[in-house]
Amino acid sequence: MPRLVSHPDEVKIISRRFGQGAENLDKYLELDGYKATQLALEKGADWIIAEMKASGLRGRGGAGFPTGMKWSFVPKQSDRPKYVLVNGDESEPGTCKDHLIFLHDPHAVIEGTIIAGLAIGAKMGFIYLRGEYRYLLKIMEKAVADAYARGFLGKNIFGSGVDFDVVTQTGAGAYEVGEESALMESLEGKRGVPRIKPPFPAVVGLYGGPTVINNAETIATVPHILLMGGEPYAKIGSERNGGTRLFGISGHVERPGVYELPMGYNLKKAIYEVAGGVRGGRGLKAVVPGGSSTPVLRPEEIDVGLDFDQMGKAGTMLGSGGIVVIDDQTCIVEFALRTIAFYQHESCGWCIPCREGTDWLKKTIGRVHAGGGVDKDLDNIRYLAENMMGRTFCPLGDAAAMPTLGFIKKFRSEFEDHLNGKPCPYARHEELVGA
Amino acid sequence: MADVTFTVDGKKLTAPAGTLLIDACKAVGIEIPAFCYYPGLSLQAACRMCVVRIEKMPKLQTACTTTVAEGMVVQTETDEIKQARKATIELLLGNHPLDCPVCDAGGECELQDMTFKYGAAESKYVEIKQHREEQQWSPVVFFDRPRCILCYRCVRVCGEGMDVWALGIQNRGVSAVIAPNGQDHLECEECGMCIDICPVGALTSGTYRYKTRPWEMTHVATICTHCGDGCKTTLGTRRSNDGMEIVRGDNRDKSGINGDFLCIKGRYAFDFANRTERLTKPLVRQADGQFKEASWSEAIDFAAKRLREIRESKGGQAIGVIGSNRTTNEENYLLQKFARTVLGTNNIDHHRTVDYVSFAAALAGKSERTASLRDTANAPAILLLGNDPTEQHPALAWNLRSNVRLNRARIYIANHAEIKLRRQAKQFLEIPKDGYASLVQYLAGNDSVVAANEQTAAFRDAIRKEESLLIIFGSEFRGRDIQALVEFGLSLPNTKFVLLGDYANSRGAADMGLLPDTLPGYVPVASAAHFADEYGAVLPQNAGLDLLQMFDAAQSGNLAALYVVGSNPVTRYGVDPAVLKNTFVIVQDMFLTETAQLADVVFPAANLYEKAGTVTNTYGDIQLVKKAADKAGVRSDFELIVRLADRMGADLKKLVPFGRGVRADMGQTRGAQSGEADRHSVWLAAHGLEPKLSPFDPFATLDEIQRLVPSYSFSRLELLAGSDQHAKSELVQISAAPARRDLVLPSQDTLFTSGTLGRYSDKLKEVLDSHTTPKPVEAAAD
Repeated sequence: MPRLVSHPDEVKIISRRFGQGAENLDKYLELDGYKATQLALEKGADWIIAEMKASGLRGRGGAGFPTGMKWSFVPKQSDRPKYVLVNGDESEPGTCKDHLIFLHDPHAVIEGTIIAGLAIGAKMGFIYLRGEYRYLLKIMEKAVADAYARGFLGKNIFGSGVDFDVVTQTGAGAYEVGEESALMESLEGKRGVPRIKPPFPAVVGLYGGPTVINNAETIATVPHILLMGGEPYAKIGSERNGGTRLFGISGHVERPGVYELPMGYNLKKAIYEVAGGVRGGRGLKAVVPGGSSTPVLRPEEIDVGLDFDQMGKAGTMLGSGGIVVIDDQTCIVEFALRTIAFYQHESCGWCIPCREGTDWLKKTIGRVHAGGGVDKDLDNIRYLAENMMGRTFCPLGDAAAMPTLGFIKKFRSEFEDHLNGKPCPYARHEELVGA
Repeated sequence: MADVTFTVDGKKLTAPAGTLLIDACKAVGIEIPAFCYYPGLSLQAACRMCVVRIEKMPKLQTACTTTVAEGMVVQTETDEIKQARKATIELLLGNHPLDCPVCDAGGECELQDMTFKYGAAESKYVEIKQHREEQQWSPVVFFDRPRCILCYRCVRVCGEGMDVWALGIQNRGVSAVIAPNGQDHLECEECGMCIDICPVGALTSGTYRYKTRPWEMTHVATICTHCGDGCKTTLGTRRSNDGMEIVRGDNRDKSGINGDFLCIKGRYAFDFANRTERLTKPLVRQADGQFKEASWSEAIDFAAKRLREIRESKGGQAIGVIGSNRTTNEENYLLQKFARTVLGTNNIDHHRTVDYVSFAAALAGKSERTASLRDTANAPAILLLGNDPTEQHPALAWNLRSNVRLNRARIYIANHAEIKLRRQAKQFLEIPKDGYASLVQYLAGNDSVVAANEQTAAFRDAIRKEESLLIIFGSEFRGRDIQALVEFGLSLPNTKFVLLGDYANSRGAADMGLLPDTLPGYVPVASAAHFADEYGAVLPQNAGLDLLQMFDAAQSGNLAALYVVGSNPVTRYGVDPAVLKNTFVIVQDMFLTETAQLADVVFPAANLYEKAGTVTNTYGDIQLVKKAADKAGVRSDFELIVRLADRMGADLKKLVPFGRGVRADMGQTRGAQSGEADRHSVWLAAHGLEPKLSPFDPFATLDEIQRLVPSYSFSRLELLAGSDQHAKSELVQISAAPARRDLVLPSQDTLFTSGTLGRYSDKLKEVLDSHTTPKPVEAAAD
């Protein structure tokens, strides 16, 4: 089990049971487990949605859509069964928060799923883990089995007369199925490619039924909100950004790890105080603030609050909360190459701009990094990325183009340093990218 | 749905709500380019070519997934959009081999056209292109991966359209590749729809690839010679040493009754025409029993002389005539007229694949009761009794599948086999092979005839609840069973019928009177006065011998001559060759078939692709046959009949009413402007008024057919424009089918066979072999 980190600035809500053995159901019950579910059963759907709206909770997957509002979009009446779908396909490089939840607090995910189901009138929930989290599936499966054994799942849960079932499933190892509609395709046993929207999942989702799909962290937050109340939760964060979230700080910092910080917490402080600053006293070159798809920030841009709105204003995104810190010994071209190599590998291939665009970006940036670049390459990279932006079927194309544009815009001189046969000034680990 | 009004490129448009923007634009002539979008298939939005700017939307939107909405304002061709499309094409071209000069699709390629339009002329990428070796997936399908742009049309047409699902996608991202279901080969119906629908040259045809360029061919849209569906096929022909050879068949002209569809036979099985065994010189049997090549005049003189002698010595009743399922209506009509007026006999028949006579009798006087092939694509409810359309009527099967998929049609199937179409059926009833008549009695309310259970009861209830029903049935129904089925159908509201016969003009053979009891239009031979008047001849009044009786008569020495046109009855009916040893046999055929081998005179005949005229499919859709190919040394059956009649001393003006048309003033006397003469002749042709100056002009006979056969009183203009015309079955003049033994012999063809003709197609044989011979397993090394 990975070592847990801690810092006094943390506000432990989601992570409050981490490291306390809460994967054991009895321990979980000691730590207020399943109280929120019983409360929700007692108070009903309207109350749940009202509390969720009051909490200001916004989707923790990266898009930041208000969760209460999402739930309220599900039609009350439906001919087809409704479903709750938990997106645990955490695959964005730099992001490792859901992993900890599944590991330390699996019942919180189950509870959140039941509550979401009660809110929308679903009788079934699916917890979908990324293919590479197969080892966490055992933990989730045991938690689900334990919950069934106690009557927390299945027929007549908690003697309430309500039935609710939970099924766990893993993917086959594709970043693309983190996209909600691709995830539904995958769950239905099909090739993991996204669906055309509209219709949106809230209307036509899994197996054609109205479906709420939420990130695992979002779902795991739900029971805590119901227990503490929506408004108190909202007060913790910044304006229109309620509560806390898990930030995974990685890269060249002294104390990398997942920290639960209030929304709006200052990024610079998070790096220099919470994570202990740049490793070995080196200088800071760049920060990727919210998972690899978010545009990079230069050191002078990091004095900014970590919430959806402030990060947007700073020209980047809060994303999935995966902060990657890059020191001054790192080649940005290589970093850009590593990033695009990931998207090239993970593009599902469905639409042309993403399928072909990621490949040409990888090839071109790879060549530039290897010293074979020519002047027009830099404009070509930019041209390619600009022509992918907003043109692809799903956001993966944007996720690949956005950071590339950021790198070439903010670190153009480093790219230029590689041109015309010049070797990489930071030549270190060519093996990083398996081109 | 209610109409909505919206603006595209400044034009106010109106379309039903729910219409896709791309379709709404196309309807008014605004073309939005797309690779992946294909009407009738599921939406993909994958190629991103159809992006348009819609007011109030932050990003460009795909026109293929956007439905029109009230007040929507759309731009389809701004600089921003052009740039987006250009960038997409640049990306596609990055890995595209650009082997256009040798690519089959060169000149017919959507990627080429789009590159030309959006000017992606400069290559931005210097990296090496991804290459993969070309693969052969079946005798008719080749796949060239580097050319593929992954539009998924092939995957969808195979899965959704054909319900075969033989194509899929392997790998992801830039490694994604279309893959066949049998690892390295296709296990499918070999329809070639994937090739037709491919916008580029990724999927190419085993018959056509690397043969020629599209612009080197003449493209002629005509009617397929194979099954009874009568699909339109576009034949690409080019000049060869001995005429015009067919090099390609496809569905380039999608205006036909088959819409998008064409099966393996329409697409590939034209190759019989190019077979080396094709007869090109008449053969005359010598005293030593051997065939010897003869000149046309020798052979025709010889045959005509013998026929005349026999007619004069033994009378017309000593002569028999067997017609074809694949000759044109004009030829069939001419053949029966020749038999009845020149030979003086009603001994005329053909290989009957279904009982059209009983069908005609059952529906006489009942208007609007037969359905066109087109109707099968949109009838709300269909009852299919017998037959296996997937094998025997592929276009019908396509229509039924599309109808279920796109219109949610309800199909009820009763069959003695688990036919593939049951997968589309709302209800499927498996019944005994001899249980069709009882089923109809049961449907009509007689509970005592079948062991009814919940399933049969539900089947009957569902059918009886339908407000409009199309009943399609096969050769399982004959004679009185047809009568009973039609009676049952007529007891329901709004019922239409289709009888499924086997070949391109099986229906036309019956309609045109290649029958011993009935004249064209099913007029009984006994009430043929108006025909006699028109023909200016005395017609035999008594019913003639049917096909089997002719062979019986030959055996007993009472059939002195037999004239066989485009048919192989000896094999089809298992006739003992000895039966014909005392009969003078004339055969017109492409090949030395088993029947032709017994002949005294063999005339090399043209096939349906080498002549003009009309054919009638089994639904009663009459269509124009255009001459596509040409072969030196062969003659059309029409010409051969006329020549034979001529040498027998017949009055050709009586036989073929040529020279009776209006003498056209071609405009010369009025100082015609350029093109006027052309337009004038088109108008004359369209109205059937153009002068038929030759006795070999089948349209002179069509004039007569339209005069004498009321069910064929269709619009000549529409016919010539390439549209199908539906026969008016209510106008047939028959009250009851003649009492005859059952002469129906269904051909039992599959997707890969087509009677005697199919045996001469190398491609069909190759495909058939590949489907029946197991793949060789590599021997284990020891």
